[in-house]
Amino acid sequence: MKLVSEFRQSELVPGLVSSIRHHATREARIMEFCGGHTVAIMKFGLRQLLPPTLTLTSGPGCPVCVTDNADLDKAIALAGLPNVIVASFGDMLRVPGSSSSLQEAKAAGGDVRIVYSTLDALTLARTNPEKSVIFIGIGFETTAPTVAASILQAAREGLNNYYVLSLHKLCPPVIKGLLDSGEINLQGLICPGHVSAIIGSRPWEFIARDYGIPCVVSGFEPLDILQSIEMLAQQVARDEARVEIAYRRGVNPEGNTIAINIMEQVFAPAPARWRGIGEVASSGLRLRPEFERFDAELNFEFETEVTVIREGCICGDILRGMKSPTQCALFSRVCTPINPVGPCMVSSEGSCAAYYNYGESHE
Amino acid sequence: MCLAIPARINTIEGTEADVEIGGIIQKASLMLTPGARVGDYVLLHTGYAISIVNEIEAEQTLALFAEIARLTEPE
Ligand code: SF4
Repeated sequence: MKLVSEFRQSELVPGLVSSIRHHATREARIMEFCGGHTVAIMKFGLRQLLPPTLTLTSGPGCPVCVTDNADLDKAIALAGLPNVIVASFGDMLRVPGSSSSLQEAKAAGGDVRIVYSTLDALTLARTNPEKSVIFIGIGFETTAPTVAASILQAAREGLNNYYVLSLHKLCPPVIKGLLDSGEINLQGLICPGHVSAIIGSRPWEFIARDYGIPCVVSGFEPLDILQSIEMLAQQVARDEARVEIAYRRGVNPEGNTIAINIMEQVFAPAPARWRGIGEVASSGLRLRPEFERFDAELNFEFETEVTVIREGCICGDILRGMKSPTQCALFSRVCTPINPVGPCMVSSEGSCAAYYNYGESHE
Repeated sequence: MCLAIPARINTIEGTEADVEIGGIIQKASLMLTPGARVGDYVLLHTGYAISIVNEIEAEQTLALFAEIARLTEPE
């Protein structure tokens, strides 16, 4: 596939790897923020190519994984309401909340549909005028503009049965939260490429400036990731901390200003709860007052159960970059993709799933 | 979930396009990339084109990789 296979050419790997080895004379812990990067790193065995001076740590960049149980319980409660269709991305269905999941709510008679896009959710609303269609809005800055666009479209069409439960999360504020906690010590950050396709590279600048951490915005193919690590190693070697874009074909410093405007027209920043991390100021998005009639939280009455976290699951520590999946006592013994205990094993971009699917053969 | 794949625009009608990914045609919304033209590659995420791929930058990045490969070749 054009623009994909070129960035997987194995004959270009040794050059990048030897350049990384050349520059990586100093120890550095590098966080790959995005679950998509974790998957690619595991799938292509990139860790095994790095010199011992470099350590990669997974970050909280999996929207499904960081959705707090209390928020999941809201989605599950909404699915139990009469005359409601809950539309959700497929990854969310099996994620366990306090005592149930969207899948179990569906088995119990709730009308839960998997959609690939908010465009499908709008179609559901058009073709089911007697029902209320509630889209479960999960995702980072990559996805939030598409949800905002769907709300603008519904407003234009006068669709009065379309709602969104906005659980969207913003990436730069949570990185700030993690760094301010003092728990982790990073010498490099691989910034998420598709979040940055929307927001650009500027919102990462405070990390380089205020925390002295080199940042590189990376694409998702193996050569992209190796290039990003090489650029980080160069900055570390030179004692620099700047934001650079490796993923230049997809990201420019300003981002997609049209998408940003649409997102800001519909949503305003709000505090949000992250699994394992807690509440982080201005790290979520709520609908602005003029779009309140699309807000599922304000337009439906529902009760959620008392929030419970499954015992033994260390997803929260993994999302904070404190532990790796293999340090979980349940990993692969009790918790597997077929029988997942926590969201990091359910989500296709969860660290536990990535380690389970691709880890053993390489480690 | 932030997965986005390069798709080539075949036809455009209003804000809707037919795009091709590895031979498969699907619909995409251009609401977030109104500047996209037929023949452009866009990054497709959950049914929406979220950015127009800069093919010149793609070529330059690949040329850089080739250069690194040449320079690091064992003597
Ligand atoms: S292996 Fe399973 S139980 Fe352990 S942290 Fe990962 S998701 Fe949670």
